[in-house]
Amino acid sequence: MGIRFILMVNKQGQTRLAQYYEYLTLEERRALEGEIVRKCLARTEQQCSFVEHRNYKIVYRRYASLFFLVGVDNEENELAILEFIHLLVETMDQHFGNVCELDIMFHLEKAHFMLEEMVMNGCIVETSKSNILMPIQLMDKTS
Amino acid sequence: MSGPSIMETLFQRTLEDLIKGIRLQLIGESAFISKAMEEIRKEIKSTDLQTKSIALQKLSYLNSLYFVDMSWAAFHCIECMSSSRFSLKRIGYVAVSQSFDEQTPVLLLITNQLRKDLGSVNEFEAGLALDCLANIATVDLARDLTPEVFTLLGSSKIPVRKKAIGVILRVFEKYPEAVRVCFKRLVENLDSPDSRILSAVVGVFCELASRDPRSYLPLAPEFYRVLVDSKNNWVLIKILKIFTKLAAIEPRVAKRIVEPVCDHMRRTGAKSLMFECIRTVVSSLSEYEIALKLAVSKIRELLVDEDANIKYLGLHALSIIAPKHLWVVLDNQEIVIKSLIDADANIQSESLRLVMAVISRSNVVDISHVLLSYGHKSDPDFCNEIIGSILSACSHNLYEIVMDFDWYVSLLGEMSRIPHCQKGEEIENQLIDIGMRVRDARLELIRVGRSLLIDPALLGNPYLYRILCAAAWVCGEYVEFSTNPPELVEALLQPRTSMLPPLIRAVYLQSVLKILTFCMYSHLQKQSSISFPSSHNLEGVMAECVSRRKTRESSDILTSAQDDVFNPMISENILCEEDIPVETKGENLFFEKNRFSQESIVNLLNAIESALEPLLGTLEVEILERARNVLGLIDLIKQQIPNHLSPEEESFSREASEVWKLIRSMNDAFCEELGPVSFTAQEKIQLPEGLVLEENLRELDSIYGILQPPLNFLPQREERVEELPDSEWRSRDDLEPSNESTSLLVEHRKRHGLYYLPSGVSNDYPLANDPRSGEHDYDENEDLIRLAAQSLAPKKKPNYSKPRPVVVRLEEGEATSHIVSKKPNSKYDLLSGVVQDVLQETNPMESSQKGKEKVSSDVPPGSKENLQDLVDPMGERSGSGKSKHRSHGKERGHKIPKKNDREKDENCERARQKGSHRLGRKKTRQRAEGQTDLHAHTPGQIPDLLL
Repeated sequence: MGIRFILMVNKQGQTRLAQYYEYLTLEERRALEGEIVRKCLARTEQQCSFVEHRNYKIVYRRYASLFFLVGVDNEENELAILEFIHLLVETMDQHFGNVCELDIMFHLEKAHFMLEEMVMNGCIVETSKSNILMPIQLMDKTS
Repeated sequence: MSGPSIMETLFQRTLEDLIKGIRLQLIGESAFISKAMEEIRKEIKSTDLQTKSIALQKLSYLNSLYFVDMSWAAFHCIECMSSSRFSLKRIGYVAVSQSFDEQTPVLLLITNQLRKDLGSVNEFEAGLALDCLANIATVDLARDLTPEVFTLLGSSKIPVRKKAIGVILRVFEKYPEAVRVCFKRLVENLDSPDSRILSAVVGVFCELASRDPRSYLPLAPEFYRVLVDSKNNWVLIKILKIFTKLAAIEPRVAKRIVEPVCDHMRRTGAKSLMFECIRTVVSSLSEYEIALKLAVSKIRELLVDEDANIKYLGLHALSIIAPKHLWVVLDNQEIVIKSLIDADANIQSESLRLVMAVISRSNVVDISHVLLSYGHKSDPDFCNEIIGSILSACSHNLYEIVMDFDWYVSLLGEMSRIPHCQKGEEIENQLIDIGMRVRDARLELIRVGRSLLIDPALLGNPYLYRILCAAAWVCGEYVEFSTNPPELVEALLQPRTSMLPPLIRAVYLQSVLKILTFCMYSHLQKQSSISFPSSHNLEGVMAECVSRRKTRESSDILTSAQDDVFNPMISENILCEEDIPVETKGENLFFEKNRFSQESIVNLLNAIESALEPLLGTLEVEILERARNVLGLIDLIKQQIPNHLSPEEESFSREASEVWKLIRSMNDAFCEELGPVSFTAQEKIQLPEGLVLEENLRELDSIYGILQPPLNFLPQREERVEELPDSEWRSRDDLEPSNESTSLLVEHRKRHGLYYLPSGVSNDYPLANDPRSGEHDYDENEDLIRLAAQSLAPKKKPNYSKPRPVVVRLEEGEATSHIVSKKPNSKYDLLSGVVQDVLQETNPMESSQKGKEKVSSDVPPGSKENLQDLVDPMGERSGSGKSKHRSHGKERGHKIPKKNDREKDENCERARQKGSHRLGRKKTRQRAEGQTDLHAHTPGQIPDLLL
């Protein structure tokens, strides 16, 4: 399992999106998110984007007020994950047009849909923006 | 019926309303959410699926972001999931993926729904079902739905096929038999021209191969083609990861990929791919010079990059290569050292790791000083990280890299004084360990210990208590090296010691007792030599005693000690014997220095008395006990020699000689040197024939009865010794301390019987609890000391001006921590067994090449099987025919439930291997063991040992 979870957290530390690829209980999730938020949000711009946490790594990147945090195995290529985060943001940008925190809040299911297309079982399976967005656009049309 | 439902639908809040509500609420978030939950609970019971699904959607939202429990809604999830409308179905699926786990009771109900959706002509429905399966598949689901997944693996719709590939990993994991069905089709997808399919399938193989590379060696030609042909960086990164694993176990693969990997490294503009190439080279291809050189030059580029991310990765790459090619680190030393003060904690600790990798005998002094000075400047966490690394690097393999123990001991003292230092326990262990193992370091230990004990400020820092404990023990145990013992007593009894925890305080008091004994001994010894100026033999006994303390490293001395020293001590008339050699007089330095005047002794006694008397009211047993011991001893001394202590020298009276005897025997008891004891020492001792421990204890009664006049120790001890069968207690030398302390205690109890519980039971307390008596028994039986002495033989040394002091190490073995292999993951064993099966049996498509590869993968494990069994407990699953057939048969026979059996089997096997491991390696592992065993059991043991 390359990717273990994907989190989007705002500057205040509120979770805006949480997608896990392994089952965690509510309590485990709450603890994990708390720890990660404390650890990552305190870091400055000059510090690197990789944080060792428990037995895995967190690769994160900040876009405006939103932090994108991805928990990955130690073996995973950190730079590739950074590119993945960027791809995700670009994809959302393309769909929402200049995406912001509110877009994700109010269209959480779409954000999840995109992630479903991109990642399965912790593996990145799709890296083409148009492919990722195709089903969503179809759905928007039909509804 | 329909009425309320319509009302509900009309007035139901949508998810959007809920989100807005949460943002605007004035009653507090949690109150708002619980109100919303009430609504949801009502709405979700609605018969209208639309209403229900919206309620479920809101619930999922709250669950995902606000940690609201939704396990109670499992059945509602299934209802939505079975809707024919896609949007409702999707809500149901999302809820199921999010909330179901293996224990969810209604899980059984969704199998059919999933099967139906997997077979749906609508590719999005199939996609939903696949996504869901990837998240929640259990053993049962995986088994039941394998045929559907297999069908979809060949689907003509690319998105569906892609998802089917994605789900395969979970299915294999849960139900390894699925490999037989699906594996071939999965492999075929490697040839797919579609980049999406390729990307997905390579991702799956990457995961599979990272768990068990050997099984996938036969697929190397396919992977190689992808490596050469693909233009997609995502795919290349994954493929490189696979090859990193494969090349590590198969040199021919490594040779083959050097060229393409270097090509990618040169050509690519993407840092991620370049880094992956570097990682591949440094992990698996470092023997190939071209590749290594190229990688090193790229690493250097990374290191000097402005971007913290890139720099971190550069350091990370260095740390991978450090064990194999240290020169790369040394070449970049400067950058590494500079990174120690980087703003980023990750970079700091990465560079610390690298610095530790280059540490060696020649640079340990410099590096430690540099690091400590960095430590002073940095934040507490990193400071402790630094201290911890220095401690573990220096103590590694019995202080292998430490040449100058005086330096190291003072470094330990220095560390203790760093304000943030939280490594007290480790420092404590090392101080004591060095004391026991390194004779030459004791002088410095005493000096450092003294300076720690004497500083009242340190008593305010709880992190230092363990260190102070060690310092107190060291000062008591090696007091003969002290220049000023009374000062130590003063330090040990200073008022602020009341802040210490009771057990540590007890150590302090025990040290006071030792020092007091030593002072009295020196004092009386001087007097006796004055009063019998004609007989300098006492001096000789003294000297020998000292020399025994100092040089009992060879067995020769040990045996001679039995003859020369021991007998004198038990036979009373030894004082008159003239023929004891006096050559050792030169060793008497400390005694010369430490002779005490009457006055100082009296002062010392009074000081101790006044400091300890308040402790008699304490409720802490350990403290009370020890305070009483000391006070009892002082009492005895004072009773016996008040007149003797008067300024005008009287002749050495008879009573004084009683005290002299008492003190001398106590001193002898404390003289016994404590050596490091192996963890397995006890096991190795065969119970001497005829030794019945209960009987031994029973003898105490008779001893108790025999005790006649107080202070009449020596005769009594003689009797005691005689009672023991000679053969068992060949060396009374080693028994002595316990006897001494026993009889002393017995005596003490007699005097203060009032304060003791009735004797019988409590009598054996000191014996049972006195670790020294026990240890020395083992020592004798096992000739531990001799063994240790043998291993003292100095190792080959490089040309250092000052020889490295001897470090005692034990010869016998026990479990070593670093042989303990990582736990094999039996779940994957099962999987790889089947994968190997499938790859061997079928797969005609890659005939010729594959055949070759198969040979390469199968022959070596087969021929080296035994070796592998030893080296790698997982070797069993590494592709040898035998294991495969075994697993094969079993799985065929009774599928999943037998997994447990299999696991059990493996556990047994592992245990067995470990056993043989231990036997086989005992010899070579001894050195490390000596260390690990001490570290392993010191934390528990030290308090005992110290007391």
